[in-house]
Amino acid sequence: MANIYSIHDALQKHSIKLMVGIVAAVSVGGLVEIAPLFLIENTIEKVEGMRPYTPLELAGRNIYIREGCYLCHSQQIRPFRDEVDRYGHYSLAAESMYDHPFQWGSKRTGPDLARVGNKYSDDWQVRHLIHPQSVVPESVMPSYAFLATTPISGDEIAEHLKTLRLTGVPYTDDQIANAAADFAAQGNVDGAGAEFDARWPKAASRDFDGNPEQLTEMDALVAYLQMLGTLVDFPKIVPDADFNR
Amino acid sequence: MAENRKYEVDPVTGSPIHPYTWDGIGELETPPPRWWVLTYAVCVLFAIAWWVAYPAWPYIAGYTKGVLGYSTRADVAEQLAAAKAAQAPMNDKLAKLDYAAIAADPELMTFATAGGKALFGENCAQCHGSGAAGNVGYPNLLDDDWLWGGDYATLEATIMHGVRSTVDADTRQSQMPAFGKDGILTREQVDDVAAYVLSLAGTAPADAAAAEKGKAVFADNCVACHGDAGQGLRDFGAPKLTDSIWLYSGDPKAVAAQIWNPRHGVMPAWAGRLDPLAIKKLVIYVHGLGGGE
Repeated sequence: MANIYSIHDALQKHSIKLMVGIVAAVSVGGLVEIAPLFLIENTIEKVEGMRPYTPLELAGRNIYIREGCYLCHSQQIRPFRDEVDRYGHYSLAAESMYDHPFQWGSKRTGPDLARVGNKYSDDWQVRHLIHPQSVVPESVMPSYAFLATTPISGDEIAEHLKTLRLTGVPYTDDQIANAAADFAAQGNVDGAGAEFDARWPKAASRDFDGNPEQLTEMDALVAYLQMLGTLVDFPKIVPDADFNR
Repeated sequence: MAENRKYEVDPVTGSPIHPYTWDGIGELETPPPRWWVLTYAVCVLFAIAWWVAYPAWPYIAGYTKGVLGYSTRADVAEQLAAAKAAQAPMNDKLAKLDYAAIAADPELMTFATAGGKALFGENCAQCHGSGAAGNVGYPNLLDDDWLWGGDYATLEATIMHGVRSTVDADTRQSQMPAFGKDGILTREQVDDVAAYVLSLAGTAPADAAAAEKGKAVFADNCVACHGDAGQGLRDFGAPKLTDSIWLYSGDPKAVAAQIWNPRHGVMPAWAGRLDPLAIKKLVIYVHGLGGGE
């Protein structure tokens, strides 16, 4: 024990030594816990079908974060039987590869939303966001009625796309150049047209909030909710269930 | 060196006092109690055993897998397989038999209805209500008034492909014209025909003359889908108008609003989300709610 005490004494009485010791201890934690995540197979596993968010979906996602939806809703179906039975295939890391930051969450007051896309109609989503208890009487969710009356513009959305590209989201120059136009087009009551569809595969375009006169925050949020979990084609895609062994 | 230090003993606690003092304040070197040391040692041993048994330490591009070969994915796959195997005798029968044969087997019906109830609670209750009594715009499933039909095959098609689904090519489609908004009828004609429709349902109209005028408007514009006598047409999901069951309320203003600029409900298609067996259970559950044909 004598030596340990003398090392302890030396560190305790010399601030530079103490600091070097702290840095060494913390960096071991970081290297061991974080560094392998960039290399381990199941954290970098690719999955077919993923694409970055369209400008309108991204705006909806920003509203989702702004309103703190993640405080009650997770977006991560855990590999448990009850969750898989209820929500569908467990979430894969690759399904959040374009999320900065990801919305996995850990507070599950409301249901998980990882695969809520196309599960309910637009009308239901709008009505539920305006007055949740009108469709789910026992719900404790607050009302977000103001979304339906708050107009939204795509003037700045290209900057969001550019910023995300810095973090590694593969937005093309074409997508960024047309971001503002595509933003408005996706909420078009008659659909956004072939050019949009080519630029954003598997993106739905329609009037999401039931008010074709105006593009509102409700359009953006419902567009986002209605695409969640729709990109990867389960059960056609079968991740290697055994690959951790 | 530490062993040469002279530890003074604190007279109150009996613990040695650390030789270094800070501004004259000394620190006791009380050793941790034995139970604590033992617990700590057990925890360390437990951790080591855990590292050996389960996935634990990462290395450059992988990690130690542990001797038990545990993985969350394999674990959930096993649990799902076990649940499937446990239900297999019933599920296999359910998959093989047609609806009529299932209906004749009380044990199978109990099983399918229980499964359907759980599925309904997760997938359908949000719109149709947990008791299936519906909501404004979302049909009540407890009565015998069906938009598209209430027999097994029709229910199955509706659940599989939805109504006006945005993603299913085989979805049920129908669109009532916006008689007022698109200028087919005048405001007065819309009000007249609304009064007539209410009289069909047995509600005494506030304005009998309007209802009488509305009869002609109805004959010219509505009978193709809703039928001569307002009996409805299931091929188009055109509601029966002769009962007092209303999808968007039977208030005269609401009826007129629906004629002026109709709302068109959307039901999602479930074929991609639920497997055929789950849909079968849902069909049996909904059919058994009271209105099954």
